[in-house]
Amino acid sequence: MALLEIRDVTKKFGELVANDRVSFTVDTGAIVGLIGPNGAGKTTLFNCISGLLKTSSGRIFFDGIEITGLPSYRIARMGAVRTFQVVRPLKDMTVFDNVLVGAFLHATGGTQARETAETCIGMCNLTEYADKPAGDLPIGIKKRLELARALAARPKLLMLDEVMAGLTSTEVKTALELIRRIRDNGVTLLIVEHIMEAIMPIADKVVVLDGGIMIAEGPPDQISSDERVISAYLGAKFSRRLQAGRKEGTHA
Amino acid sequence: MNALKRKDLFWLALVALAALLPAVSAVSANSFSMHVLILILLYASMSQAWNIIGGYGGQVSFGHSVFFGIGAYGAGMAVVTYGLSPWPGILIGMLAAAVVAVLISYPCFKLSGHYFAIATFAIVEIFNRVFLVWYWVGGALGLDYPIVEEGLKNLMWYDTKTGYFYCALALFVLVFGIVRFLEGHRFGYQLRAVREGQETAESLGVNSTAIKLAAMALSAALAALCGAFFVQYNLRVDPPMVMSLDMSMKFVLVTILGGAGTLAGPLLGAAVLIPLQEYTRALWGGLGGGVDLIIFGLLIIIIVVKQPAGISGIVRDIAKRIGRRPTAAKGGTSYGAA
Repeated sequence: MALLEIRDVTKKFGELVANDRVSFTVDTGAIVGLIGPNGAGKTTLFNCISGLLKTSSGRIFFDGIEITGLPSYRIARMGAVRTFQVVRPLKDMTVFDNVLVGAFLHATGGTQARETAETCIGMCNLTEYADKPAGDLPIGIKKRLELARALAARPKLLMLDEVMAGLTSTEVKTALELIRRIRDNGVTLLIVEHIMEAIMPIADKVVVLDGGIMIAEGPPDQISSDERVISAYLGAKFSRRLQAGRKEGTHA
Repeated sequence: MNALKRKDLFWLALVALAALLPAVSAVSANSFSMHVLILILLYASMSQAWNIIGGYGGQVSFGHSVFFGIGAYGAGMAVVTYGLSPWPGILIGMLAAAVVAVLISYPCFKLSGHYFAIATFAIVEIFNRVFLVWYWVGGALGLDYPIVEEGLKNLMWYDTKTGYFYCALALFVLVFGIVRFLEGHRFGYQLRAVREGQETAESLGVNSTAIKLAAMALSAALAALCGAFFVQYNLRVDPPMVMSLDMSMKFVLVTILGGAGTLAGPLLGAAVLIPLQEYTRALWGGLGGGVDLIIFGLLIIIIVVKQPAGISGIVRDIAKRIGRRPTAAKGGTSYGAA
């Protein structure tokens, strides 16, 4: 069953079409990657889904209910929680308090919220930073905080906007490990990622945007050999050269 | 959790100590010091009420003298116009202030940052003018209290100021208690989250408009309660006394000077500013109007430049410095474990 369904979503900023009739679904329990080069409209689509932006046309369904045009707090309450690409820590609050705000979304009381916050902080390896003001942290830690905070809100669908960008390769590995664990806990994930290598090994399905248009959708191995995807990422000229190289043989 | 309890003990000790103060001869029943103490408690409570929306909520309101005034008029009209005890007037005043606050804030919250502050400025002027010409509330003449039986029922005392002191202390405990409770509660966290980033808060399921309106309503109701105490103490009210930018500024300045968004801030701010204001006015008021305001202004410039987090920031810095030394000393000795 589809937990999230995007149906013909278009978003225009004046004359600029950031998303052009994008349609795809995210199945319950899956990890779906949303990739594309810079300016492809990934974050715009995320903003439309999470209610931060209003779509120009098209409809979005979450858990069988239409969420098009709902305010973002209502969408979060229904269980679709996101992180931000440009990290947004609640600066003057500690890491723990940041996560606690997320935990209060579904907790019945303060004690339960604190327990949830502690668990999520532990999962994201933030325990040593728990009492530090969130504004003073280095970027890698702030990215983890984004994740922990969203996780504490007990989402059904967790939408991650480039949580791995700017991380070292070891950090990316830890992050991927964590994402798998989150999925194993029954959370569906929609992940925007600029780096294809990061998302390919864990995704069940990949959706590719380019210039606001969805150019491909399918399992990762199919996507990575898709000609349009390669040309979108590397340019038409390089794509032709790559194709030529492939024909000669791929032993190298 | 232990640290929190220790903090609460400190506050309880402070209140207990304050409760014993009237027994000390230096602040005997009718002295000027007693008057200053009452004002410190009143201004600390007022500023704490403002702190809910202005400090924790980050919405700088210059409109709080309106709510303060509504509370003052609520009590004043009950006593002067209707010859009742002030209590029903206090309750109606608090309720009216909360309603007015919500009606005013709903459109104003669509403005952000400085624009919100400017809009609240305008509202003070509007209310000031309306009350000046409104016959039913006494107009420009204001309300003068009749002499009635003293005691808790009428909230009036003539012989000594002790009754007023305990009332102010009760007000202080109530307002600070509410804020202390909210600090650790879901509402407090969500309110601070809205201050730190409205979109982030909303992405975590917080209805920022509802949270801000609730904070504003509570803040206004408590400001009105303070206004009611003010008029009972002052025994007279007219529009420029309560609904003025001067009065609005005091809510803001005391809190910011003490440390906005902290529990101790309003008390620290009031404890420094109010004695300064009262004693300079008493000592140098004769030099011409405004000497107290000059000193007021200088102090604010110094503190805002040196420590934007206010006096509570300075206290925290000192506490940190003191706290560091004993730990360092402990590290050097072997009996630290005991």
